Amino acid sequence: MPVITFIRPDNRSENIEADIGESAMQAATRHGVDKIVAECGGNAMCATCHVYVDENWIGRLAAMGDEEDALLDGVAAERQPSSRLSCQIKIEQDLDGLVLRLPERQV
Amino acid sequence: MVTAGSAGIGGERAAAACGSVLSGIPGLDIDPFANEFFENPYLAQQALREAGPVVHLDKWNVYAVARYAEVHAVLNDPLTFCSGRGVGLSDFAKEKPWRPPSLILEADPPAHTRTRAVLSRVLSPAVMKQIRDGFVAAAEVKIDELLAKGSVDAVADLAEAYPLSVFPDAVGLRQEGREHLLPYAGVVFNAFGPPNELRQTAIERSQPHQAYVQEQCQRDNLAPGGFGACIHARVDAGDITVAEAPMLVRSLLSAGIDTTVNGLGAAIYCLARFPEEWARLRNDPSLARNAFEEAVRFESPVQTFFRTTTKDVDIGGHGVGEGEKILMFLGAANRDPRRWTDPDRYDITRKTSGHVGFGSGIHMCVGQLVARLEGEAMLAALARKVATIEITGPVKRRYNNTLRGLESLPITLKPV
Repeated sequence: MPVITFIRPDNRSENIEADIGESAMQAATRHGVDKIVAECGGNAMCATCHVYVDENWIGRLAAMGDEEDALLDGVAAERQPSSRLSCQIKIEQDLDGLVLRLPERQV
Repeated sequence: MVTAGSAGIGGERAAAACGSVLSGIPGLDIDPFANEFFENPYLAQQALREAGPVVHLDKWNVYAVARYAEVHAVLNDPLTFCSGRGVGLSDFAKEKPWRPPSLILEADPPAHTRTRAVLSRVLSPAVMKQIRDGFVAAAEVKIDELLAKGSVDAVADLAEAYPLSVFPDAVGLRQEGREHLLPYAGVVFNAFGPPNELRQTAIERSQPHQAYVQEQCQRDNLAPGGFGACIHARVDAGDITVAEAPMLVRSLLSAGIDTTVNGLGAAIYCLARFPEEWARLRNDPSLARNAFEEAVRFESPVQTFFRTTTKDVDIGGHGVGEGEKILMFLGAANRDPRRWTDPDRYDITRKTSGHVGFGSGIHMCVGQLVARLEGEAMLAALARKVATIEITGPVKRRYNNTLRGLESLPITLKPV
């Protein structure tokens, strides 16, 4: 099972086990990572599952689509080049060790 | 059983399963479009959930799903469970629709994908940032006004008045004629129901409301900068045609007001009934957004929608044929104990993500961000300015084939 590390704004980190095929958002909400709100439940509509992808990982994710790109313009925290929506990151075995940083706020 | 996200619902196995007409699907004598059901749906919803993963409602000769897993699965399989034949009981393949079908709600991919993208951008998170301050200020003005009166009707004076004070302006509607907005939406949501008196009467009286909406949706009648003008601007970009633009504005007027009215009404009704939750909200107004979201789960202002099967399907081990209407009980799914801990409790700190009060999948409410903004703004203003909300008169329910809400909720507000 791939392990994802979520790092909070205060630098505390949490390792969670994700299932192949689920999204990073689903893994986070399943394990109660409270900085992932996911108001729309994973339908790529609300921009409240925003994460900053660690620089060592950003190039290894599938490229974002136009819809995700547009949604990221509306995130509550600052959008950065490493910004992604965690509902659009699909977990595969090769993402074992993925590091995602949580923004200060989602709404 | 259907497991979330997997293929418990799928056509391949269906041909064999479909041998008998009902394949052991339990038939229930429940009418979810009757006044008794509207008054108290919870025992009936429990019976619908417990009877099986799919049931047959004999009164309207329609299949239905009421458990979370099946409702979620049907919502997320739009190729098998289509919307293009209407999302009410009426099958557009067999009956003429009462109005020209919606280009988004009553459409399937790929046509839906294009129109949906337009409305998604017009109502995006980035746009919400721009309108946020105005919506928050209007909520505070509204609460000050109500506190000055003291005793008010939470439906007319708050749940209706607040959206009407912000949304029509955000769309860019003219001042005159706005009194048609709520009646028009009432018709739209009654029309999804079966041919009962509610539906027939609503459609018979709909002509003046339809005429207003059709006129108001034209480009010249929409103020620059509003949602309506933004939709029409997409014609210039080549994304939609001149004929499509007013139809997409119509979607905002159909689904953008009465839904939030009932969402806000649900939230006020919850906070008035559950003083411990109201105390928690007052103590921490940052819970306002989730308190609204939980009210949408708890009351499910939009109770039901239909889909139509595009092929023989298997639902929870039962075969259902092609061309059958499937009624989805969103409200029952939102209180399914298989999915929710203590589902009949209104808990403003609940993790609400995944509730189907706004639907799910490609047709999930495109205006959900506007609804949340209104809900958050209003509940935060209440939490900061109001000490107590007391119900001071008879609570009267409003009957509608799709929408769950109140006709009247007399309350007295005391200031902090």
